[in-house]
Amino acid sequence: MAFTLKTIEEEKMNQKEKKIVALAAAFALVFGVAPAANAMHIMEGYLPPKFCIMWGVICIPFILAGYLSIKRTLSKHHRSITILAMAGAFVFVLSSLKIPSVTGSCSHMTGTGLGAILFGPSAVSILGIIVLIFQAILLAHGGLTSLGANTFSMAIVGPFVSYAIYKLCNGIKINKHVSVFLAAAMGDLFTYCITSVQLALAYPSESGGIGASVVKFLAVFAPTQVPLAIIEGILTVVIIIGLETYAKSELTDIGFMNGGEN
Amino acid sequence: MTKTKKTVVSLLIIAALIAIIPLFTLKGAEFGGSDDAGSEVITEITGAEYKPWFTPVMETWIGGELPGEIESLLFCVQTGIGVGVISFFMGRLVERNKKENQKNKIKKQ
Repeated sequence: MAFTLKTIEEEKMNQKEKKIVALAAAFALVFGVAPAANAMHIMEGYLPPKFCIMWGVICIPFILAGYLSIKRTLSKHHRSITILAMAGAFVFVLSSLKIPSVTGSCSHMTGTGLGAILFGPSAVSILGIIVLIFQAILLAHGGLTSLGANTFSMAIVGPFVSYAIYKLCNGIKINKHVSVFLAAAMGDLFTYCITSVQLALAYPSESGGIGASVVKFLAVFAPTQVPLAIIEGILTVVIIIGLETYAKSELTDIGFMNGGEN
Repeated sequence: MTKTKKTVVSLLIIAALIAIIPLFTLKGAEFGGSDDAGSEVITEITGAEYKPWFTPVMETWIGGELPGEIESLLFCVQTGIGVGVISFFMGRLVERNKKENQKNKIKKQ
């Protein structure tokens, strides 16, 4: 009896949570599409308008795919909403921590690897864009005009790289935790590489063109990001270990545990 | 301590060390944001001080730059939301696990 009650209660909770996620997603969608709002940690107003629009438009299909993917996952595996919320919260936490790095400047992590590994890369685009909008509006960090470009680098390319690396590592039978580490770390690093390329496209160097600019921006972002990428990898592994221990059934639902133990 | 616990703790210690060591080894470094460093490169490439064509909405609303303290407050709010959600669900999962284990034990007896 107590058990049935609990399931009913859980179901209620899930429906409410589902509504919240749907609302947040709708909110994100409106923002992503309506004002051709654009770009990640490229600062507000630093990207010429035509690039803002271009990146914004590129993001739309990914965001839509993400919405559908989340909807599908949730309708199939109702319980996985808790894990999804945790993956989103993980992005929230990691992208808010500015960490000192070896180059003497600070940067922050992305946290998108976890979601990409668990729910697939497109689902993370929704989680990522929510964080980016939060930061753009309240923190003047990133920006609404650069929302498209920033979404593309942090919420689309990063997760896709993570996902690809994770699948690849799985294919060649590398230890699961090692693959998670590599996937999260590389996703983080790639996010900043893409940011460099985006900036370089908008600001090609006079002497060397876009290539020279990419190198210049990479020189700023990449060394700072390497240690952070390692930290992100480690933290993602820690969360995965925690989930494996306590949320085995949910992870089995979404197909993460299929490979068996490690 | 179980093996998993040991792994988790040592991983966390490594992560903390990577984050903290630069602070002690690079004495006198500014630790500004790498985003700001990015705008310096833009200035370097274009040869002129770049004027952003859009100011952050928050800065428009409050008519000036966000005070540093408020900014860190908002960053903390962001961290807090995230940590809150994670620990809430993690707590639920841990408890559920405990109950299930107890149930299994009773069944076995």
